[in-house]
Amino acid sequence: MSIARVQWPDRIAAGEVVKVRLLIQHPMDTGYLQDLTGKLVPRNVIRQLTCTLGGQEVLRVQPSSGIAANPFFEFHLRAMQTADFRAEWTDDRGVQGVLTQTMAVA
Amino acid sequence: MSVKGQSRRQGVIRLLLMGLPWSLRPAQAQRMNSGQLLSFEAMVQPLVKGAPLRAQDVRLHAPILAENGSLVPVQVQVNSPMTAQEHVTHVHLLSQRNPVTQMAVFELGPWNGRAEISTRVRLAGTQELVALARLSNGEFRYARMEIIVTESACVDAS
Repeated sequence: MSIARVQWPDRIAAGEVVKVRLLIQHPMDTGYLQDLTGKLVPRNVIRQLTCTLGGQEVLRVQPSSGIAANPFFEFHLRAMQTADFRAEWTDDRGVQGVLTQTMAVA
Repeated sequence: MSVKGQSRRQGVIRLLLMGLPWSLRPAQAQRMNSGQLLSFEAMVQPLVKGAPLRAQDVRLHAPILAENGSLVPVQVQVNSPMTAQEHVTHVHLLSQRNPVTQMAVFELGPWNGRAEISTRVRLAGTQELVALARLSNGEFRYARMEIIVTESACVDAS
């Protein structure tokens, strides 16, 4: 199960460029590390992360094992009107995660 | 008093010796060629493919010394107006020593308003980091930075 959080300023004016912080709970297993019994932990990283705002794609990230566990991404986007922000991601096991939150623009 | 002090010193030495095999073990445990450092050309040319490449307009912020390679905050700022005509399309984060050279690719566009991203990366030891930005006209800009890592990401399970 994945848990994610997204954060942006409380007050957003129309046309403003806002900073968005996205944190996803995910182990991001590299595939190089061993567990306590000496067995290699198979690779399980988020392969693709797509963020949309009001149906329009605003960010696409292809992470690798080089991204730390519980990946954190900070980016900017221009908010024109109140719209639904949606983040979707898929990992190596095919597990998909979705986070939706409404971005209120004053 | 002196006897007590000596025994403490011996204890400290013994503790240090006990710790020694531990510090040597992880390096043997990892079976990967993280010892080799790629040249700058080998890092960027698979992506740039001969397109114009300049060391300007990109700023890479990261700690000069990272205590733990498992979590190193990195920020990339690209100087770009981010308009429909002129914007940054991709930002690549490249590692010189990691088993996977390309740590992440960010696809951006004019809707971002500002070409600035942050994330946290894993680093397999002291190495050079390259932030490579592809502009909408097909040219590339980059910034490079040397980061000293005292503990590699490839030994710790966290």
